[in-house]
Amino acid sequence: MDPLILSRWQFALTTVYHFLFVPLTLGLGWFVAFMQTRYYQTKDETFHKMAKFWGKLFLINFAIGVVTGIVQEFQFGMNWSEYSRFVGDIFGSLLAIEALLAFFLESTFLGVWIFGEGKVPEKVHLASIWLAAIGSNLSALWILLANGWMQHPVGYVIDSATGRPMLNDFFSLITNPKGWLFFGHTIASGLATASFLILGVSAYHIVRKSNVEFFRRSFQIAAIVGLVAAVLVILDGHSQGQYVYQTQPMKMASIEALWNTEQPASFSILTIGDLSGKKEVWSLRLPALTSFLACNNFNCQVQGVYDIQTQYQQQFGPGDYIPLMVFTYWAFRFMFLIGFLMALLTIFFLYALRGDITNAKWMKWVPWVIVLPYIANISGWLLTEMGRQPWIVQGLLKVQDAVSPNLTTVDLLISLIGYVVVYGALAVADFYLMKKYAILGPDAAMQESVDAAPSVIGAQD
Amino acid sequence: MSHEFLQVLWFILIGVLWVGFYFLEGFDFGVGMLLPFLGKKDEERRAIINAIGATWDGNEVWLLTAGGAMFAAFPQWYATMFSGFYLALFLLLVALIIRGIAFEYRSKDANPKWRTLFDWMIAVGSFLGALLLGVAFANLAEGVPINAKMMYTGNLFTLLNPYGLIGGLTTVSIFLLHGANFLGLKLEDELRERINGFAKKLYVAAVVSSLVLLVTTYIFTDIYAHLGLNPGIIPMVGVIALLGSGYFINRKQEGWAFILVAVNIVFTLITFFMIMFPRVMISSTDASYSLTIYNASSSAYTLSVMSIVALIFVPIVLIYQGWTYYMFRKRITTKKESLVY
Repeated sequence: MDPLILSRWQFALTTVYHFLFVPLTLGLGWFVAFMQTRYYQTKDETFHKMAKFWGKLFLINFAIGVVTGIVQEFQFGMNWSEYSRFVGDIFGSLLAIEALLAFFLESTFLGVWIFGEGKVPEKVHLASIWLAAIGSNLSALWILLANGWMQHPVGYVIDSATGRPMLNDFFSLITNPKGWLFFGHTIASGLATASFLILGVSAYHIVRKSNVEFFRRSFQIAAIVGLVAAVLVILDGHSQGQYVYQTQPMKMASIEALWNTEQPASFSILTIGDLSGKKEVWSLRLPALTSFLACNNFNCQVQGVYDIQTQYQQQFGPGDYIPLMVFTYWAFRFMFLIGFLMALLTIFFLYALRGDITNAKWMKWVPWVIVLPYIANISGWLLTEMGRQPWIVQGLLKVQDAVSPNLTTVDLLISLIGYVVVYGALAVADFYLMKKYAILGPDAAMQESVDAAPSVIGAQD
Repeated sequence: MSHEFLQVLWFILIGVLWVGFYFLEGFDFGVGMLLPFLGKKDEERRAIINAIGATWDGNEVWLLTAGGAMFAAFPQWYATMFSGFYLALFLLLVALIIRGIAFEYRSKDANPKWRTLFDWMIAVGSFLGALLLGVAFANLAEGVPINAKMMYTGNLFTLLNPYGLIGGLTTVSIFLLHGANFLGLKLEDELRERINGFAKKLYVAAVVSSLVLLVTTYIFTDIYAHLGLNPGIIPMVGVIALLGSGYFINRKQEGWAFILVAVNIVFTLITFFMIMFPRVMISSTDASYSLTIYNASSSAYTLSVMSIVALIFVPIVLIYQGWTYYMFRKRITTKKESLVY
């Protein structure tokens, strides 16, 4: 097997896996901080329980996000050494800043929060959860600025001796609109992910009539935040679409399965492609909608895949510049439809909250909404990263030129299989604990340990 | 500031980050390795973990920051070393993963088998992590096969040479002693007594392995050729500090013992970076293929920006991390009602 393909699979799998845990960390941290703040202000015991209960789920999820994040930082050098050599001047500095400004803040104060209750002053304990939430969201900003630079390189000159991009404008690097659009989208989808977890878990308990008041209030908070977050996700997503139109026309065209340049450009409701994933067999289209998505009016010109391919071949030399459209096309549609579905669901929940939700028949189906943001989050990343192919840095470096040249198929099989086994085991442990603590409810979370810890280990040794 | 000044500054800064990591995570790794041997009852094990519970994750960030700083300041070093030491680093990642997850998950279920499993994951992860870091650093000092294109041409077994393994085992034994001293400072009563017994034995192992490392360093590295800086008496001072810690271990003065072992760790790393300077990867294939701070670094502009960021934020991090140690300075009891799970 080709080491390049194996490295790509490994990066894709480890990154998608990592991002299964990140959005919940980003969003749920704010919820826990808010709940604890309300407890601090009102001394209402329900808010105390909320902070403890949702905080427990936050911590179980957080642990996997952290340990799989270390892999992320290492594998640029391990699997993509030529990429690292090429972009170290720019990308490396953003990663270093992420560690220094965000990881320290997040890890240090989360430690204070976990172990500090009753040991540090109450104000300090409250501040520590806010600092941890700020730290994790700050880390998202720096890594998304780094990713934004790969999609839309700014603030650099090409060094004539090495042919590599050299940073010459740090300010434009950290104000790259691409990165900030990603950031807004990611933070909002983090909040939406956390909202839907809270909605789902609360519904589970409401149906079973356990801790109804606690979970009804949780449900209400999550429905409000969920609606705001879903709307922000959609608005930010729309702005991103326009920026993609300007900076990555190939990605835009591939998302829309737009083969030839059109003015105004139609929107594909359903396109069936051939097995290559890059050719159309049949499609049903809605006029002018893609023009609106790309530039906010119904009449602008949107370039098609074939025209851009011709243009890129003239600009960058021969090669296939068309992404695997079957992925970008469907990933976009999953993300887009689920985003709107989530907004509609929260509107429905808020409407239902005006009456009595505790006896509603549909409530037993609500736990399933937890999966929606996960599908949308992963689809979004697949679309963003697959839509950039064959580039690793748009217009500057191709993926095939970025891989570590010294790695053998055996090296990569060992690591790939190793990650699958270890990550698989982590997923089982995480799912088991999340489910267990979610079902046990708030009273169990109030105890330091859910179980009377038996002193039996000594007996075995 | 000239490019050369910045390159030297970043070599020193990365050295500082690694020293911070070895000093802080050193005792965390040691505590992790000692956990299943020292703690007989569940409460004892929980108390041992709680000794580092609030701070180990923050300590590990020193590793991430050191890695990030290498990427930012010396991308060629980061690229050559991380791709070259591929399987060793993969194993290090697995070690850090199982260890990190076990700290958080071991008490989330009451089943004794579950807890025993995660306790051993902490121990094995800590051992493997310490061993691999030691192997990696010893190989950096010794030199590894690197070709004219800055590409590592060896494999995993190239790293498992005698000097590499001596470096690995010495790191394990020093971390064990460092962890025992730290636990001596953090725990009380019966556990503290038990740790002192461990420390006495671990002291012997640490001294023996450090002496072996000291002697073999003069044999396997190019320290005599003075291609780097001459560390002079610095390595001796490190070993003498370690020897001196034995006196305080016997008198149960864990504070002084802890400081002296820390001095050993710091001086050993200073020796390492002096042997290297100005090289960051020594090529055993041809001395002229070595990566240096001059041919492996980022642009002067990037280094200037990063210097400003580092000079502002490293002190801030030091202040708040130091503050957390102050906040959690009390000794930990094994009384169940006061244990945080």
